[in-house]
Amino acid sequence: MKEKEITILAIESSCDETAAAVVREGREILSNVISSQIELHKLYGGVVPEIASRKHIEKINQVIEEALKEAGVTLDEIDAIGVTYGPGLVGALLVGVAEAKAIAYAKGLPLVGVHHIEGHISANYIENKDLEPPFVCLVVSGGHTHLVRVKDYGTYEIIGRTRDDAAGEAFDKVARAIGLGYPGGPKIDKLSKEGNPEAIVFPKAHMSDSPYDFSFSGVKSAVLNYINGCQMKGESYSQADIAASFQKAVTDVLVENAMKAVDEFGLKKFAIAGGVASNSALRAAMQEACDKKGVKFYHPSPIYCTDNAAMIGVAAYYEYLAGTRHGWDLNAVPNLKLGER
Amino acid sequence: MTFLKQMIDNEKERSETMRILALDSSGLVASVAVVEEEQTIAEYTVNYKKTHSQTLLPMLDEIVKMTEMNLGEIDAIAVAGGPGSFTGLRIGSATAKGLGLALKKPLIHIPTVDGLAYNLYGNEGVICPIMDARRNQVYTGIYRFREEFVVEEPQMAIEISALAEKLNERGEQVTFLGDGVPVYKEQLEQLLHVPVRFAPSHMNRQRAAAVGTLAVQYWKEGKIERAEDHQPDYLRMSQAERERLEREEKEQQGK
Repeated sequence: MKEKEITILAIESSCDETAAAVVREGREILSNVISSQIELHKLYGGVVPEIASRKHIEKINQVIEEALKEAGVTLDEIDAIGVTYGPGLVGALLVGVAEAKAIAYAKGLPLVGVHHIEGHISANYIENKDLEPPFVCLVVSGGHTHLVRVKDYGTYEIIGRTRDDAAGEAFDKVARAIGLGYPGGPKIDKLSKEGNPEAIVFPKAHMSDSPYDFSFSGVKSAVLNYINGCQMKGESYSQADIAASFQKAVTDVLVENAMKAVDEFGLKKFAIAGGVASNSALRAAMQEACDKKGVKFYHPSPIYCTDNAAMIGVAAYYEYLAGTRHGWDLNAVPNLKLGER
Repeated sequence: MTFLKQMIDNEKERSETMRILALDSSGLVASVAVVEEEQTIAEYTVNYKKTHSQTLLPMLDEIVKMTEMNLGEIDAIAVAGGPGSFTGLRIGSATAKGLGLALKKPLIHIPTVDGLAYNLYGNEGVICPIMDARRNQVYTGIYRFREEFVVEEPQMAIEISALAEKLNERGEQVTFLGDGVPVYKEQLEQLLHVPVRFAPSHMNRQRAAAVGTLAVQYWKEGKIERAEDHQPDYLRMSQAERERLEREEKEQQGK
């Protein structure tokens, strides 16, 4: 006889999306509700932590109720509550953590705290039923750039990380510099299609002491210097060429380091995750590089790349199976390390 | 009547009476209480540096265990809804909202300063809670207990000198309490021409039992809200919003 199926209610509020989802048996998404605050933060050119936290508390119950309703389940059919408890904005995280604890406590359910990046990585399990560890995963978003060796469910080794800006952060800053506004990623992606990626050569930083680490502040500065130079000489410049060339410089380094890691660990599976994983040029370049090597390339749909709770539910499921349980004193940990409990 | 029968009757009465779970994490104090109309069943108050997100739910858990309570038996969840520390308010608020969602119970939003003032039942003169609101301001309000609790001036954020002026104009004895007292005590004693008292330590900070007791009144008056509709009343915009509005105002004037 098959054991009872495990259904998890997951909550995510680490940055500017209030999200809840219901996930069955780890890979079946019964609902995935996201309330985005992006329009609000556009006024400020980036996420304002206090405003994000205020919006989370305003929306969180509606988002959870909607996730339950859409999934066609009640809290009585939920087996555990999963929640992101770091890394992220502390005030934002606290809303989800306090809410999740209260629900779990009132219903007598186990509480499973999830690492946000573990969630992003796990997003790949949703649409790729064949994907299982071990594999290499590149997590790229507005707040993170990590090259991770996924050894097993819940067992990770960070083999490369950014030394300065996250990749998505560099996209935002460059977008602002060329007058595209916030959020920069999708705008640069779109504009790049009209530009020549070979028009301008921006530097690609490689770290001599660590082959997998990244640095994006150099390329960002190079873009700003290029614009300044043009302005001083009274020359016009092509926004599209800058966008395309900048995007290529970033993408090239991401691909190179990722493929080095795939070779080094002899793994035939590679995945990307995080908001920047939606970038069409990055996807195309990764696909091409993986095809050349005979490595299978995995990526989530854009809806599972952005911050969402479905991915937290997936990660919570595997943590739940591994016996991870958190107490009523669970706190938000803004700088939580991957693999820490 | 035998002792046993008395106990059973008490139990019966107990299950029929209304019962409120109250939370206050608006300031340095974290406090949880279970309050009925005629008595407080339990209160757990901690004035210590540990973060409220780590203490609030374990405190509730302790109360539930100690009093062998079934959480489902509470009628409503009262919460000190602001002003206060933005983060502290949200911890209390999210906890109340989560409990409300899971237990399908309504919330009762008690203004933090009203809850503080309610500690001083039967006080002579006016009651003036002050909470340190930084930027040279206090969260305060002016209250009185005659036959009943009267809000003379609802909670606000103002400068301490402006508050002193208000109180001098009233010309009555005033009793202060709250975490603003250690910060502003000397200044108040200098600024005020009216008799001044400071509440003693067992009633000079937030206490969830006071929030809960006031909530019993709110309940009777039908002043409840759905858990999903609840959000804290910060009495203040975020810094980013304030700066944006100031900037826009300047731009308007410049035109």
